[in-house]
Amino acid sequence: MTQNNRLQGGLIDRSKKLRFTFDGKSYEGYQGDTLASALMANDVRLVGRSFKYHRPRGVLASGSEEPNALVELRSGNRQEPNTRATTIELFDGLEATSQNRWPSLAFDALSINDRFSPFLTAGFYYKTFMWPKAFWEKLYEPMIRKAAGLGRLSQEADPDIYDKGYLHCDVLVIGAGPSGLIAALTAARSGARVILADEDSQMGGRLLADCNRFEGVSNADWVAQTLGELASMDNVRLLTRTTVFGAYDHGIHGALERVSDHLAVPEAGKPRQILWRIYSKQSVLCAGATERPIAFENNDRPGIMLAGAMRAYANRWAVTPGKRVAIFTNNDEGHRAAQDLIQAGVKVVAVIDPRGDAPRIAECELLAGAQVTDAQGRLGLKSITVQMADGQTRPIEVGGLGVSGGWNPNVQLTCHQRGRPQWFEPLAAFIPPAEMPTGMVAAGAAAGNLTSFGAIASGTNAALAALDGLGIKACPVDLPKGEDNAISIMPFWHVPGKGRAWLDFQNDVTVKDVKLAEQEGFRSVEHLKRYTTLGMATDQGKTANVGALAVMAEVTGKSIPETGTTIFRPPYTPVAMGAWAGRSVGKEFKPTRLTPSHQWAEEQGAVFVEVGPWLRAQWFPKAGETHWRESVDREVLAVRSGVGVCDVTTLGKIDVQGADAAVFLNKIYCNGFAKLPVGKTRYGLMLREDGIAMDDGTAARLAEDNFVVTTTTANAVGVYRHMEFVHQCLFPDMDVQMISTTDAWAQYAIAGPKSRELLQKIVDDNIDISNEGFPFMACGEVTIANGIPARLFRISFSGELAYELAVPTRYGDALIRHLMEVGKPMGITPYGTEALGVLRIEKGHATGNELNGTTSAHNLGMGRMVSTKKDSIGSTLSAREALSDPDGLSLVGIQPVNNTEIVLAGGHVFDENAQHLPENDLGYVTSAAYSPNLSSSIGLALVKRGAQRLGETVHIVSPVDDSNIKATLVSAHFVDPEGERLRA
Amino acid sequence: MIINHPLLGPRDTSEFTYLGDASLINRPDWQSDTAAPEFHDYLYLRDNPAGTHRELWFHEQGDRSWLVVTRNTLTHEILATELARDVARKTGRGK
Repeated sequence: MTQNNRLQGGLIDRSKKLRFTFDGKSYEGYQGDTLASALMANDVRLVGRSFKYHRPRGVLASGSEEPNALVELRSGNRQEPNTRATTIELFDGLEATSQNRWPSLAFDALSINDRFSPFLTAGFYYKTFMWPKAFWEKLYEPMIRKAAGLGRLSQEADPDIYDKGYLHCDVLVIGAGPSGLIAALTAARSGARVILADEDSQMGGRLLADCNRFEGVSNADWVAQTLGELASMDNVRLLTRTTVFGAYDHGIHGALERVSDHLAVPEAGKPRQILWRIYSKQSVLCAGATERPIAFENNDRPGIMLAGAMRAYANRWAVTPGKRVAIFTNNDEGHRAAQDLIQAGVKVVAVIDPRGDAPRIAECELLAGAQVTDAQGRLGLKSITVQMADGQTRPIEVGGLGVSGGWNPNVQLTCHQRGRPQWFEPLAAFIPPAEMPTGMVAAGAAAGNLTSFGAIASGTNAALAALDGLGIKACPVDLPKGEDNAISIMPFWHVPGKGRAWLDFQNDVTVKDVKLAEQEGFRSVEHLKRYTTLGMATDQGKTANVGALAVMAEVTGKSIPETGTTIFRPPYTPVAMGAWAGRSVGKEFKPTRLTPSHQWAEEQGAVFVEVGPWLRAQWFPKAGETHWRESVDREVLAVRSGVGVCDVTTLGKIDVQGADAAVFLNKIYCNGFAKLPVGKTRYGLMLREDGIAMDDGTAARLAEDNFVVTTTTANAVGVYRHMEFVHQCLFPDMDVQMISTTDAWAQYAIAGPKSRELLQKIVDDNIDISNEGFPFMACGEVTIANGIPARLFRISFSGELAYELAVPTRYGDALIRHLMEVGKPMGITPYGTEALGVLRIEKGHATGNELNGTTSAHNLGMGRMVSTKKDSIGSTLSAREALSDPDGLSLVGIQPVNNTEIVLAGGHVFDENAQHLPENDLGYVTSAAYSPNLSSSIGLALVKRGAQRLGETVHIVSPVDDSNIKATLVSAHFVDPEGERLRA
Repeated sequence: MIINHPLLGPRDTSEFTYLGDASLINRPDWQSDTAAPEFHDYLYLRDNPAGTHRELWFHEQGDRSWLVVTRNTLTHEILATELARDVARKTGRGK
């Protein structure tokens, strides 16, 4: 197809032809085109369907404010829904598909919604689909979701890279139109570090779209000169294709750079997009203004667009939606657009202006005091109906209509910190708030300076203000002379009429919908928005909101500023999830921490489990073992009968030093530590200040003024933070210092009746680890393997004779290999976290499942540990009745009556004859495992008055898997309740 | 946000974790006759001002200082930053 609607001139490169497809059909465009301009050149006016009514739609705008022309771009795993044809730069081989239509764009079965529009008015889903209730989830919602909507996701992983970056500057200039360029130049010449960012592929803003604005120099030359100077300066960074989408606290801005969106595939090694965090001391917002339409019946016909957009298409891209066009405007800029179009060779049939005294600017027919009342041509504009000043109607045949209802300054970023924009009567528009984000100044059209000279004067002034804020002496710049006529506009929002007149194109909100919302009491702006879905689409109502507000003001008899505005929040334009995620996807989502002997465990074929950021060996399958339980049972039995070794490096380790170290631990733990002798370890329970258990572990006293505290793997960070809080905020004069040494030591639990025998072969000969020389709970610094420093702790989580041996991290791998080698004759068995869990459940040791943020020391059977003779965190409030209630929950063991039945964690405990109702609930199972030593499933449970109920039969009921088993409440210490083994 | 650390200068908030009202420094005396209700109030009753608020931040990805940051909760303007240990000492806390 030839490019029938292509004009002369423009900023496109006709020497570079680009082929592309839309809905499978091939077209040609040029380098410099957008998808929208290339489609327009090929006389494709119908590009999409609306969200609700499936109305045929064409291109409305020429920039990121576009509500209609949303397409699915690319195919396969690079397919992206809801991309705006107006901002997609054309590339060779581009594939685009229209959205929200079936079977085709021209014939859409669901356009029947348009016929049923009386039933689909504002708030229809709150009214129409209320009954019967069950139908909402099963029928109505899926139906509505299918019918209403935008593009589809590819359902495939995005193959491209998204990066994150950090930039710092003195002055961030947002937008590179006339005011932004001059602001950047002023700041840069004065020596400030400047970043100039613009969402477009080319800098220049409206200077690329309008007729020449300055005396003696063309728009193109002035832009080229200014950009050339900026590009040559070391203190300037120019970011094109970069949208500053959010103004955050303290001068931090979010920006999205579309590095490769204009290419079919990113260049090798280059990201698709970069999410920048820009730290700026000052910022100048030069985001320009967005034109708004005028609502009239059928004003959404393809071919009806914003007058400024039509002007941009003619001047920059040399295209027109039709050979014959008309302009409908309430302000002088619309007339200038008409004049530009005439100069570009487009036949402008008439300029229609509701102002009786409209000026004659364009060399064409002027219909002053007239209004467009209707438009014809369902799939593409054919004609408009004009009501003349004398009341007569006149049909006018046109293929395109440019509409201008005035311009809204792009104030969004000025309001990201709760600022509310101010109504500015001369423009009939909102301008930035008096209270701006710290360090931000607005200039140019964004500040309401809609004339060319006004824009550059305010741009340079804003830069001077920013420089002043930085304490930098300013170098003034010469400003070119430009037009500076007063703005002439008559507020005119909608043409009265009975038909549907569109305000929000993307979400199908009409003037009638706003009136209906008012009738039904949804008058506040926030209610209006939610009731009608006004401004809630991907364009966030950039072309719609002020018009709808004006209609609401009209029907309530209030002024527009009295009616109010909604709050603007980031992002200014949509930001893809991929950009937010950056490289933090898949296994890079969070860091993975490996212990020093991880490689050894891998060599053994260990199965790993994530524990916080750590990977820990879960079990070590042996050849022939087909089920994890086989491996775990074997590991458990080996520990109970011989010797096992488990990597416990991931436990938090905190080194506490200082003259007051013992006094400090007395504050941290609810039980006493002051009298713990050097060379001894003690179990400690930490409470939160509210008396709930926080964490547990051991503290080993290596010297008078030195303890090593261990924490659970999961709470290592939180416990350290808490300890620093207690020191710095509560007891600042205590002589105590602490540091996390989790990474500094590799630590192994060596457990089982043969563990001493093994260790005697590991520690150096001069070290006595006999039961007398190194009794239960002893600790000390030792040497192993001929002089390697190590720490030995005789502590037991399994309930067996056991030790923990720590060496500096660099020896971790060598130590595990050495242990395995030396332990071979004893049948040493490595065991993982599963066996660790079984062993501790058999022993009745509490862990995270029991210290679950709701349990007190009393609940855990450790109530008597809370010393009342001293102050510790949580000691006062743990004495509260509910936390020490003898009838409250207490930790017990649970064993099924029939040992073939399985206890599941999470099951609730009921008396044998009680109904399974919440009021009869006695508690719940916290941990469960299969005990190979008891040949039975066992569990730990928190049960009301549990300690007094031992021996009773209960039911364990789990609605999750509909199970109900009979079980006996027993002591939590299934194995060796007297603790003889660990003292052996 | 950017927090002006009294020792290290301006640092991004992502380096910090937040705890809450700086009144958590004022831990009651456990030997007071009314210790239980005092601890109750200390732990559970806090002002939630729309405006100036003194709050505790921990420089976890930094020097591990606890800071008292005076921040306007409406504007996020930071009016002062102090080392929590200095604040604690000024209020008479010691060992």
